Amino acid sequence: MNNSVYPMVNEDKRKFSWKFLFSELKPKGEWLTPFNIISIPVMLLGLILIVIRFSEGLGAITNLTQEVPWGLWIGFDVVTGVAFAGGAYVVTFMVYILNMKKYHPIVRVTVLNGFLAYAFYTGALLLDLGRPWNVINPMIGNNFGTSSVLFLVAWHFFLYMLAELIEFSPAIAEWLGSRRAHKILSGMTVGAVIFGITLSSLHQSGLGALYLMAKEKIHPLWYSEFIPVLFLVSSIFAGLSMVIFEGTISHKVFFNQISKKNHQAQNGIIHGLSKICAVTMFAYLFLQFLVFIHGKNWNVINTPMGYWFLLEMIGFVFIPMILFFYSYRTVNIFTVRLAAILTMIGIVLNRLNVTVIGFRWDAAIRYVPSWMEIVVTLAVIFTEIWIFRWVINRMPVLSESPAWANEEK
Amino acid sequence: MRIDRRIFFKTAGLIGVSLAVAKSFGAAVPESNEIEFRGMLYDSTRCIGCRACEKACAKAHGLPEPQDELKAGVLRKTSETQRSVINNYETSKGEVFVKNQCMHCNEPACAAACLTEAMCKTKEGPVIWREDKCMGCRYCMVSCPFDVPKFEYHSANPKIQKCDMCYDRVVKGEIPVCAETCGDAIIFGTRRELIAEARKRIAENPNDYFDQIYGEDVAGGTGWLYLSPVPLEELGLNTRLQNTSYPALTKGFLYSVPSVDVLLPPLLLGIYAATKDKQTKDDENE
Ligand code: SF4
Ligand code: SF4
Repeated sequence: MNNSVYPMVNEDKRKFSWKFLFSELKPKGEWLTPFNIISIPVMLLGLILIVIRFSEGLGAITNLTQEVPWGLWIGFDVVTGVAFAGGAYVVTFMVYILNMKKYHPIVRVTVLNGFLAYAFYTGALLLDLGRPWNVINPMIGNNFGTSSVLFLVAWHFFLYMLAELIEFSPAIAEWLGSRRAHKILSGMTVGAVIFGITLSSLHQSGLGALYLMAKEKIHPLWYSEFIPVLFLVSSIFAGLSMVIFEGTISHKVFFNQISKKNHQAQNGIIHGLSKICAVTMFAYLFLQFLVFIHGKNWNVINTPMGYWFLLEMIGFVFIPMILFFYSYRTVNIFTVRLAAILTMIGIVLNRLNVTVIGFRWDAAIRYVPSWMEIVVTLAVIFTEIWIFRWVINRMPVLSESPAWANEEK
Repeated sequence: MRIDRRIFFKTAGLIGVSLAVAKSFGAAVPESNEIEFRGMLYDSTRCIGCRACEKACAKAHGLPEPQDELKAGVLRKTSETQRSVINNYETSKGEVFVKNQCMHCNEPACAAACLTEAMCKTKEGPVIWREDKCMGCRYCMVSCPFDVPKFEYHSANPKIQKCDMCYDRVVKGEIPVCAETCGDAIIFGTRRELIAEARKRIAENPNDYFDQIYGEDVAGGTGWLYLSPVPLEELGLNTRLQNTSYPALTKGFLYSVPSVDVLLPPLLLGIYAATKDKQTKDDENE
């Protein structure tokens, strides 16, 4: 797998040294790509805004109000972002627990994606905290607010990041050429996976549970005591749609890194994932329907918010579900991709409807995010993609592991 | 069935830890205890709208003196510089003044929400905020059904502002400044006494009062109790709220967490062992 754009060093000779690390910090490949030209100014602007935010307070760059204290940064960056990162626990479950070998080629990249998503969303969370220097308090027991859903979510987030780091760490060891570490870390994978799935199922639902006490503040079509279950079930197809979407892009952008075998496997993988998406979406719709009936919500369906709800459910859950089913039967990769994109839009809508759009929907003054909040959000996403690209270009994530790492198994 | 020993012990260890954690969760979910919480009784039929309590409150807590005018029909809200406001409502029985501040719930949603216990219900009754613990996540604001906690959005060292029922005075055995300044419309006492007093007033003058004490049941009961001459909605008191505790809404989820943490890993381990077994058999058969 030698090529001119990403020259590979002979892994066996690679020894850990600072010189090696510094050389790896330098960018590889072309500089003036369209992505770089767009992302660099946004990231710089984001940085300036963050400085303003910390010197002048949150009000200087956000439109948050006393009635709507959580806006785009929580509703989109954290709540939506974490749903999209759900692919990691689903795929590790399939590969390591159910032993579905077919999906092995996408495990590493999915875990990497998940880990970076969490790392950056926690970062975004720190921006949103008014008093971030106290963020350590619930960890060190000043105090343990054990009756708080947020306390549980924070701990489950934190531990899950550790679990994902362990799951990904063999790739780091391979990159550094450290055989001993590789052996130890690989041995910890299954434990980390089991731990990770447990933590995921709880914080995915926990993000929904955060809103349980805001009973009268959220529009009845999106508030129910079942938000945690709905969030958990939808995180499955949200995560997998992200895997399909990200895989499609990675296979184009990082074409040279992927072995022929895995290129061929890709369509089979996407095909399999589309079936899982379709089935979980069916279950989700069914749950939504039960919740709707249970909530006696017929009277609000014939209102603007009701149409908005129907658009979300039909346009971005039902239709992509049909597309997933259809593409599974007809083996049509294009429809799978289309369905994945529609599903992702649906997830964004759903999470924002609970957290921002439906939150205080009846308030006289509505919260609308400021352009600065949007720029910071984009800056966070772009930075994440930069790191993702940096890692992919260096570590065996999409490319094959070095020979010595495979021999060990 | 062969389970990898190392993994087994690792998982067993994790289960142990989660069990220990689970236990502390179970213990920490607040119980409703009706020990003698202090509270305040506000009788809107006696309030003359002089706003002396507003001013005393601002002074006592180092906040700017309120300057805005009081006009019927113009709703003033508590803010990060004003913990307590008086409003003037045009009702079916004429002009009525109503004070608005933190309700000091018996089972406060804000305290249940707070992941550092910066918001907490003291045993004396006041719900207080503690600067050294708060991380400014504003989850208390999301959860409070009365929209009480206010956040200083324009500060680099922001605080949460809300009425603390003059906790520093209450622990010293003094009464909150608003009650001291007012002397008639606001009285301080144990919640039990105040409810008895409110009932007595309603019973003695049934024509002057609407027959309900706002705060007796709403949100599971609050420390502030309101008497009104007119139906409660007319005074802008939120009657859409549930009459049971808000933290109870999350109990189902909180209770399920330890069980999932404890039961899911062994289940996953079992599936793992089963599929792995099958795999090795398949390999042998090949
Ligand atoms: S009114 Fe709101 S801030 Fe006050 S104690 Fe109740 S939940 Fe907390
Ligand atoms: S903002 Fe402060 S007081 Fe409110 S929930 Fe967060 S940590 Fe607790």
